[in-house]
Amino acid sequence: MSRLLILGAGIAGHTAAMHARRKLRRPHEVMVVSPNSRWNWIPSNIWVGTGVMTPDQVTFPLAPVYRRLGIPFIQARAVNIHPEGNPEEPRPHVVVEHTGGERAGQTERIYYDYLVNATGPKLNFDATPGLGPGGHSLSVCTWGHAAETAEVLKENIARMKKGEQRTFLIGTGHGLCTCQGAAFEYLFNVEFELRRQKVRDKARIIWISNEQELGDFGMGGMLIRRGGYITHSRVFTESLFTERRIRWITGAHIREVAPGQVRYETLEGEQKEQSFDFAMLLPPFAGVGLKAYDREGSDITDTLFAPNGFMKVDADYSTKPYEEWSPDDWPRTYQCPSYTNIFAVGIAFAPPHAISKPLFSPAGTPIFPTAPRTGMPSGVMARQVALNIADMIHGRAEGAVRTASMAHMGAACIASAGNGTLKGTAVSMTMYPIIPDFRKYPDTGRSLRYTTGEIGLAGHWVKHALHHAFIYKAKAKPFWRIVPE
Amino acid sequence: METTRKPYEQTYYPPVPTKFTRHMRTNLLWQLFRFLVINVKMLRMVRKH
Ligand SMILES: Cc1cc2nc3c(=O)[nH]c(=O)nc-3n(C[C@H](O)[C@H](O)[C@H](O)COP(=O)(O)OP(=O)(O)OC[C@H]3O[C@@H](n4cnc5c(N)ncnc54)[C@H](O)[C@@H]3O)c2cc1C
Repeated sequence: MSRLLILGAGIAGHTAAMHARRKLRRPHEVMVVSPNSRWNWIPSNIWVGTGVMTPDQVTFPLAPVYRRLGIPFIQARAVNIHPEGNPEEPRPHVVVEHTGGERAGQTERIYYDYLVNATGPKLNFDATPGLGPGGHSLSVCTWGHAAETAEVLKENIARMKKGEQRTFLIGTGHGLCTCQGAAFEYLFNVEFELRRQKVRDKARIIWISNEQELGDFGMGGMLIRRGGYITHSRVFTESLFTERRIRWITGAHIREVAPGQVRYETLEGEQKEQSFDFAMLLPPFAGVGLKAYDREGSDITDTLFAPNGFMKVDADYSTKPYEEWSPDDWPRTYQCPSYTNIFAVGIAFAPPHAISKPLFSPAGTPIFPTAPRTGMPSGVMARQVALNIADMIHGRAEGAVRTASMAHMGAACIASAGNGTLKGTAVSMTMYPIIPDFRKYPDTGRSLRYTTGEIGLAGHWVKHALHHAFIYKAKAKPFWRIVPE
Repeated sequence: METTRKPYEQTYYPPVPTKFTRHMRTNLLWQLFRFLVINVKMLRMVRKH
């Protein structure tokens, strides 16, 4: 009997667990370790953050689903990986610390034959002094953060209804943030909510971001066909901002968040300040801080993980200038080169480099988006890895055969821009490939046929449909498989 | 707060949608059609790897 151990039950880990359990014959075992008892459809946290949805609408308890699927679920946080075992447990294993129930705080060794690291990001608020809910700004990255943020938004709306003017600052809280799309979506939803509450005229709304230009989204922007032109996403995004009377500050690295004020450095080298009454600023992401040790107990964390804490996989990590970046740098099988029974998927794998061009201020501060790994590619790579492992366990394949390179994968992204069955809108974007390929598409980096962007009510319907479809799928209800990743 | 675009300001340069374009964003028939188009596009995206 072989055991597949999956660390993390987010979009990637949960998808991997469901597919692996579907494919693996018993008595082979699929086991999941994750510190949260609930599954969260993170994209809908945006709606929790504006008070349109409650945390219960975007989460559900994992244990009953795993019980039904026959997947042992351990509510715990992985701490150390011992890929060679050690004198206490000669098999490869992970040390976990329980986070729920009677065993909270206790540690346990869990052995594995195959390991999938899908631990997602550490929300690295510490990178900027004063950033985050423990400091002076808000977040929507977890459902708990989003619910707190909704309360603060409500208070601000109440003050505006009494006639006060308020300044809203939304964006990224550090020069190396990713996930601009999420902050963008929150920005538009706040703007919509203020209009709906008839207080828009009392609000100054400002976007602040580490993107060199609007519309970069950490993807190096994209070119699309629009109105008889091939247009950059910057034009499309600036138009959306202008229409909503939202000001923007780009190329900004926030150095510090003080009460009611951010201090930031720009790509031009200026040191500036911006005051706010309400600030939702995303943190940069890092790996969750797993450690690794060899049989003798020596620290081999550097072998398995990049300095940012993400796990090294089959990518080309050699340092090269932007001009030499290639789609081939990106991983295909997500297999760890040093231990071939370990894989990392979703945000947990270390990208070879950013997608956007690295830019620095005159003082040398890096100010550019790091590579995003959104839900769809995370799900696709998780499924492929799960199927590869099932084949290897069954002896049908010697190595990882299926691939899921972001350089050969498309992505769809729907960013809500306002709620309501007949009045809501959302920006719908598709792109292919995610990683630009200037050899294949010399002028645009991506296929103009499959790279598109539009805004409308249809996008809002799609966004709602996805919310329900993905929660249905994650609950492993009948025919869940027909919902694609 | 600014209600119109002012020359030489940040928001003076980008294109803004006409009334017709804005209307089409929530026009039911057109959006039903776009709903189908977006879904087909997304499914193609998922298959393209
Ligand atoms: C506000 C917001 C909105 C977003 N909107 C969109 C969107 O509209 N579309 C889109 O495609 N993407 C969106 N994203 C991105 C999307 O959420 C991520 O791409 C996706 O969640 C990545 O999946 P993951 O499984 O790698 O990480 P996660 O979903 O974060 O899952 C990580 C899992 O690992 C667990 N974990 C953490 N530490 C440990 C540990 N030590 N041991 C074991 N388990 C651990 C966590 O509890 C969690 O269960 C959004 C992100 C945010 C923050």
